Amino acid sequence: MTTDTKTKPAAETLTMTGAEIVITALKEQGVEVMFGYPGGAVLPIYDALYNSDGIRHILVRHEQGAGHAAEGYARTTGKPGVCLVTSGPGATNMVTPIADAMMDSIPMVVLTGQVPTHLIGTDAFQECDTTGITRTCAKHNYLVTDVNQLARTLHEAFLIAKSGRPGPVVVDIPKDIQFATGTYVGKEGVHKPSYHPTTKPHPDAISATVDLMMHARRPVFYTGGGIINSGPKASDLLRELQNVTGYPVTSTLMGLGAFPASHPDWLGMVGMHGSFEANNAMHDCDLMICVGARFDDRVTGRIDAFSPNSKKVHIDIDPSSVNKIVRVDIPVIADCAEALAAILKEFKSRKAKKPDLKPWRQEIDIWRARKCFTYANSDSVIKPQHAVERLYELTRDRETYITTEVGQHQMWAAQFYHFDEPNRWMTSGGLGTMGYGLPAAVGVQAAHPDALVIDIAGEASIQMMTQELSTAVQHRLPVKVFILNNEWMGMVRQWQELLHGERYSHSYSETLPDFVKLAEAMGGHGIRCDNPAELDDKIREMIDHPGPVLFDCRVEKAENCLPMIPSGSAHNEMILGEIKGDEIGEAGKGLV
Amino acid sequence: MSDGSTATPPAGNPKSAYFLSHEDEAVERRTLAVMVDNEPGVLARVVGLFSGRGYNIDSLTVAEVDVNERRSRITIVTQGTPHILEQIEAQLLRIVPVEQVIDITKSKRGIERELALIKVAGKGEARVEALRISQIFRANVIDTTNESFIFELTGASEKITQFVDLMRPLGLVEVSRTGVLSIKRGKEKG
Ligand SMILES: Cc1ncc(C[n+]2csc(CCOP(=O)(O)OP(=O)(O)O)c2C)c(N)n1
Ligand SMILES: [Mg+2]
Repeated sequence: MTTDTKTKPAAETLTMTGAEIVITALKEQGVEVMFGYPGGAVLPIYDALYNSDGIRHILVRHEQGAGHAAEGYARTTGKPGVCLVTSGPGATNMVTPIADAMMDSIPMVVLTGQVPTHLIGTDAFQECDTTGITRTCAKHNYLVTDVNQLARTLHEAFLIAKSGRPGPVVVDIPKDIQFATGTYVGKEGVHKPSYHPTTKPHPDAISATVDLMMHARRPVFYTGGGIINSGPKASDLLRELQNVTGYPVTSTLMGLGAFPASHPDWLGMVGMHGSFEANNAMHDCDLMICVGARFDDRVTGRIDAFSPNSKKVHIDIDPSSVNKIVRVDIPVIADCAEALAAILKEFKSRKAKKPDLKPWRQEIDIWRARKCFTYANSDSVIKPQHAVERLYELTRDRETYITTEVGQHQMWAAQFYHFDEPNRWMTSGGLGTMGYGLPAAVGVQAAHPDALVIDIAGEASIQMMTQELSTAVQHRLPVKVFILNNEWMGMVRQWQELLHGERYSHSYSETLPDFVKLAEAMGGHGIRCDNPAELDDKIREMIDHPGPVLFDCRVEKAENCLPMIPSGSAHNEMILGEIKGDEIGEAGKGLV
Repeated sequence: MSDGSTATPPAGNPKSAYFLSHEDEAVERRTLAVMVDNEPGVLARVVGLFSGRGYNIDSLTVAEVDVNERRSRITIVTQGTPHILEQIEAQLLRIVPVEQVIDITKSKRGIERELALIKVAGKGEARVEALRISQIFRANVIDTTNESFIFELTGASEKITQFVDLMRPLGLVEVSRTGVLSIKRGKEKG
């Protein structure tokens, strides 16, 4: 616990129980919705919640669901997602979402109950070392052992979760601390001296960046989730900077929506299943300006062949991301919005003539003309790409939010659903957690009750968290789950085809639930479609249904997700048309 | 795919992010002083970072150094290529209670010292020789019986190692070492 967080003496000292301190602190932090599941070690907090209004508690069906719901909520609102779970299994069930939020830099505050302090270390009922278990997968964590430190700790947790590079913070609260009486302190003045993220860019880094821009003939913006985290202003500034520079823009999976997909200079997503034009532009550019992305292996492909001839600028709030994977020429340690604003100002102030980008655009147009996302459509069977395309066309004019599970459907969603706004797209990028999408949709719907929220799912992934449909029904959160049902763990099947001589070891689901009946059994609405001719009508039926829907969209079973950069290959070595089986060398086979 | 086991570096040249082997860079030894808030679990965070990310720890010392500010100083001796060492420093600074990382080795003003307690047992000629050598090394005798000494020795780690090596044939029983402590010369802090 920190001792030197200086708080103003409150006009009157507020004395209350630890449980009441928790609720009071959450309210002061502006928490409107929280996701949780009760149990012995959090009953005092639940009791305090019983008498309190102002915070909506969404009772999930599994703690992992609470975690992903909080992530979805956070990703779409920019506010920290809050969960409340019990000790032991409640806490261990939260580990996956905590790790997920850490990887994708999602602000989240997780409150866990703990056995009473005098029982800690005795292997008490439902005891686990929550801070020990979550130490390496959370941004920070606390075990509160003094009720008078509780309020301050909670405020500090919010501060740390949402500032700098956001992330999950765990506060473990023993039951006796929840019962004990202590003093409440407000959030004003709470800070942690050892924690001081840099948000303002160094002016030298900005002018060096603009110096490079003055001569760039083949520039590209490589943008990522950091722009979304930075807030809508960062997206606005990116658009403005793009507008004055005319640079083409690509994005990682996590950054989709920061730049409008409808813009003529949008290249599409970069990386393993990104567009041909984005990957070739990254490979052949002479100036790469990375804004809030981290050179993930899904993006870079073969590292020693990554964008060999470019100068690289890396804007990131986390210094450890810089030079971690790829050596860059100019690190800009700052919040994305601050850095973009500074670059914009500096760029506008330079009056010298900037190079003509026309030849670069022409080159990009040639790549574009390959139309890398072309697929063979069919009258007899629904192609998954077609299904997402139709879903997009039929929902694009509404306020629509998309979440996904993990697998081929996730990549097809990224390729064929187009985002013009930030905070509309929620997916598990870094950890790649199957089961993320439905609870995340629950969280998104809780934030936007009247919007259309769709989880684009796979039939395997959805079974990891199907129970959360019941949460949606209970809380009148009309989420739609659009399952691209190919009966396969399609992404696994694709890799087995590509890498393991078509030996499809345990990637086929011999049995599957009847998703229509399942939906009905849980109080939702089920729709099945296997006929391309009926697809539009059934999608409309889904949209028009006022409650939660499971849509079992039967799609082509053996479709591969292309284009693809096989592991260990370079950006300009994409597989475009068909998988032949010899694309990946021995070295690539060892990769993930 | 987002899962799978870690690959072993393949023979031949193709590289990926997983075996970012900046092979051209030589491994260096570094002493880092890590200033932290002395709160529960802080040492586990620091040590866990090294094990979790596959960095080396050659030695580690820790103690509270400012009781009022509740500040501890952790001295870590580690090894890595310059690229890895840069990452270690940046990753350490990501830990919330880590206030500052001081690179003692790079500063050129760094002083490193270690303390060791060395037990040597023997009789006759060997015993006399052990005592004689300890005087050359300016070690203190802090315990003695008819058949043994415990020497206390402070100095650079190499000096201690050298002393221990010399004691080996003279009846070395056991050694306890603190690991490296460090500070910078001059009047400034940090
Ligand atoms: C929790 C978890 N376990 C395993 C995996 C490995 N994995 C990645 S994609 C995938 C298959 C997903 O199948 P499905 O949901 O049907 O999606 P599809 O690829 O068929 O669209 C698996 C098993 C994972 N990402 N997450
Ligand atoms: Mg599937």
